[in-house]
Amino acid sequence: MIKLITKGMLILSLLSLTGCASLSIKPWVKPYERQNLADPIMRASRHPIANMHVAHVLEGRESARGAEGTGGGGCGCN
Amino acid sequence: MVVTKFNMTMLVKFFSILFLGLIAPFGQAADLDPDRADVLYHSYEGGGMKIDGPAILIRKKASDSVAVTAYYYLDSISSASIDVVSTASAYSEERTEGQLGLEYLHDKTLMSFSVRQSDEDDFLAQSLSLNVSQDTFGDLTNISLGLSYGDNEVKRNGDDNFEEQSQQYRIRAGINQILTRNLTTNLSFEAIADKGYLNNPYRTVRYTDNSIPSGVGYQSEIYPETRNSFATKLSASYFLPYRAALFFHYRFYSDSWEIESSDVELAYRHPIGDVLELELKLRYYQQSQAAFYSDLFPYQDAQNYLARDKELSDFDDFTVGIGVTYTLPKYLSFGEMRSEASLQWDYIDFSYNNFRDPTAEGGVGNEPFYGFSANVIRAFFSLYF
Repeated sequence: MIKLITKGMLILSLLSLTGCASLSIKPWVKPYERQNLADPIMRASRHPIANMHVAHVLEGRESARGAEGTGGGGCGCN
Repeated sequence: MVVTKFNMTMLVKFFSILFLGLIAPFGQAADLDPDRADVLYHSYEGGGMKIDGPAILIRKKASDSVAVTAYYYLDSISSASIDVVSTASAYSEERTEGQLGLEYLHDKTLMSFSVRQSDEDDFLAQSLSLNVSQDTFGDLTNISLGLSYGDNEVKRNGDDNFEEQSQQYRIRAGINQILTRNLTTNLSFEAIADKGYLNNPYRTVRYTDNSIPSGVGYQSEIYPETRNSFATKLSASYFLPYRAALFFHYRFYSDSWEIESSDVELAYRHPIGDVLELELKLRYYQQSQAAFYSDLFPYQDAQNYLARDKELSDFDDFTVGIGVTYTLPKYLSFGEMRSEASLQWDYIDFSYNNFRDPTAEGGVGNEPFYGFSANVIRAFFSLYF
């Protein structure tokens, strides 16, 4: 699963970073077309202090850690 | 114990490509997030534990390219959890956490550095984090890299001679990609390596002992001194035609203790008029148990490593969450500044599949499986200045 995702990411990164010119791929969503994405309701970090608390609660109750998107850093909850 | 092997070659290639991305900026410069202050009251109640307290987060730009953040958080803990009532006495304690952060924006590169300290009577955690992110490909793509180092000091209350150490290293990478004018996705990875004393110094495991009337004996847990984990998270955010937002997250996790987990979350944010915003959330999490976990070992010192921590057992949990944000009218705010009041409530139900409730009837090893539910509340005020 991880290998598959990593391969997908590599292809996406290559396309977006190095292969764009040769494949003639240009940014397909223009800046003036991004008003919906810029709407505050689309922000995953709309309430950062709440996100930090959610991550802290889950960190103490579940074994999974990492890739939370809130910084993390160990809960010290022994 | 079998150590999970990650494909390091693939990782190195991936990071190399990300670094290539960092040196290829073009287009317009980015902006720092706006100044804000948040004051929060949080509460967690469930499974015999009550944890609550305040938190404050302040973010202020010092110039167009520099911002500072400060975070303070307090946990007041009163615990009579299943671990505690079965082998020890209820206790109360406090945990204080502080963080200071600095962000520097140069063109399309955002660099952030933070220091963090978490302090309890018997646990001191200190860490440093560095993150770099870069907008590229006409700002359709954002690439990020991060590193953290943490040092922990573990003590045991009532035992002045007990002092242990552990260290944690984290490396993370992510890519955020705008796919359409309504859809954006994010893929992130984080590898974490721990070494040192990773036990809980109070917790015990139980084993069958027919030489005593109760038929069950207890001994201290013994954990390995290393733990390596890898997490991958895929997220998507979609703007719905009637101005609402849909969020999807999926994370897969595995570690060298043979725990594998996955969690999936679906959230929906819906504005009502100009002043209200409603949020709904559903989340499901499941994990397998650590290789050295057992609810009841067959005899004392049954294996090199021993654990009976329910967080290392096979379990799943389900969360239903609801939240509301209200934009306060000007006469209730400070001057002309915009402010919001928010309330969020999560209900989490935990079901353990190989952790029995030793306080229940049924005989040793035949008690019913444990389960509990928790109510988590966050009430906070946000000021934008």
